[in-house]
Amino acid sequence: MSGGVKLEIESVSKQFATAGCTVDALRDVSLQVAEGEFLILVGLSGCGKSTLLNIVAGLDQADSGRVKISGRPVSGPGRDRAMVFQDGALFPWLTAAQNVEFALRQRGLGAGQCRLRAREYLDLVHLGDFADAHVHQLSGGMRQRVAIARALALEPEVLLMDEPFSALDAQTREELYVELQRIWLEAKATILFVTHNTREAVTLGDRVVLLRRPNGRPSVQGEFPITILRPREIDDTDVAEMAKRIAIAMRDGRDLAELERDHEDPPKTRRLLRGDNPGLGRSIGG
Amino acid sequence: MPGPAHVAESLWGLLADGSLLASVAVSMRRVCEGYAVSVLVGVPLGILIARSKALEDTVGSLVAGLQALPSICWLPLALLWFGLNDTAILFVVVMGSLVSVTISVQDGVHNLSPGYVRAARTMGVRGLALVHHVLLPASLPSVLTGIKLGWAYAWRALMAGELLFVSVGLGHLLMTGRELGDMAQVLAVMVVIAAIGIFTDRVVFGNLESYVRDRYGLGRA
Repeated sequence: MSGGVKLEIESVSKQFATAGCTVDALRDVSLQVAEGEFLILVGLSGCGKSTLLNIVAGLDQADSGRVKISGRPVSGPGRDRAMVFQDGALFPWLTAAQNVEFALRQRGLGAGQCRLRAREYLDLVHLGDFADAHVHQLSGGMRQRVAIARALALEPEVLLMDEPFSALDAQTREELYVELQRIWLEAKATILFVTHNTREAVTLGDRVVLLRRPNGRPSVQGEFPITILRPREIDDTDVAEMAKRIAIAMRDGRDLAELERDHEDPPKTRRLLRGDNPGLGRSIGG
Repeated sequence: MPGPAHVAESLWGLLADGSLLASVAVSMRRVCEGYAVSVLVGVPLGILIARSKALEDTVGSLVAGLQALPSICWLPLALLWFGLNDTAILFVVVMGSLVSVTISVQDGVHNLSPGYVRAARTMGVRGLALVHHVLLPASLPSVLTGIKLGWAYAWRALMAGELLFVSVGLGHLLMTGRELGDMAQVLAVMVVIAAIGIFTDRVVFGNLESYVRDRYGLGRA
């Protein structure tokens, strides 16, 4: 699964100026993503996780620190870091296939080659039959599949995903959790995935990194390797239990060791299902 | 007030002696020329203003100010600059529609969801390719509204110009009717002017707009 380090985030800091005073968006955040790793960045809204993702994508500038892909520092956006946005951001004037072809053209492929490869990527996300559908004819879940196909078509070194499933209904989301794990394996992708949903994080990730902002200083506040066997589903007991731990750490800032002591008797599933995610209200951005 | 039969008869007469078709041809040529200039200049100008803060503060404010000026006010200036010729009329038509095209395109690009541009940038698209492959198609629905509005302004400016400035054209034919005291001819020409306006608005732009709205999934306007 893991080769070398694919993505390195080296003590990145960023401040926003709001109404005269500056607010820390990120304070000295360092992170490494191994090749082929599925890394989840989890945190409550406002913890800076989306800002960090935008900095990695090159859409935002860090005040200090560096981002490196395969050892070389990056500046500005580039197709080595493809992004899947919350709303998909597909181009409505193109069909599903044309959206994927758009990405392939950026790699300099010829028209015939683009058409062929676009079909392959749509097949990968199981949307081969909808190649000629317009974006508005697709359901929300289908659009996110096309968005994933479009991002993968760039053959990026890292696939960045910014709460890509948060606007979907629960059924569609669960379907896509299974799909995304399969796609990740088939495409051998390296993924950095941002979410506020701890269940989603545990279902998908090899490792979950927690961003918190104690005392207004947003930084990495814990790391949780997920060793549960794949493919995982969101209502697996192991997933729920792990998600609960992360949710408590997210809320209270207590580390794993403390939690182990607190939970000597393993909590029962019923209790876990309730309130395992304090951040799951209506939170926009993050 | 002449009855419809009388107006129809006059319309037939104008058709028969060829003066109506000749006037329509001249007016259409003028409006098309002026309108083409407006679209060719206004669309890129609108995009540039929307994308550049410096241009927005300078050219943008100027264009917004010019909007308050009815296009026919440019006629005296145009006559002094270009003399009594078609260029003067063309100038008035351009000034009438350029401003509205520019402002609508600028608004359209300005209010564009930033998601498309962000997505394109992460795919490594930038510069002219970004404008051509993303900004333009993304703002096409509002650009279309803008150039449709521009056509209406161009048509009005042309008619005003032709009424005041003696030369061939539909406006001139209207004035001839007045000079002859021929109310039926005046009404006949008015009908033709309105018909051309409605045809372009409903048939040409209407179909174009509903095609684009359909394609983009925007629903009926």
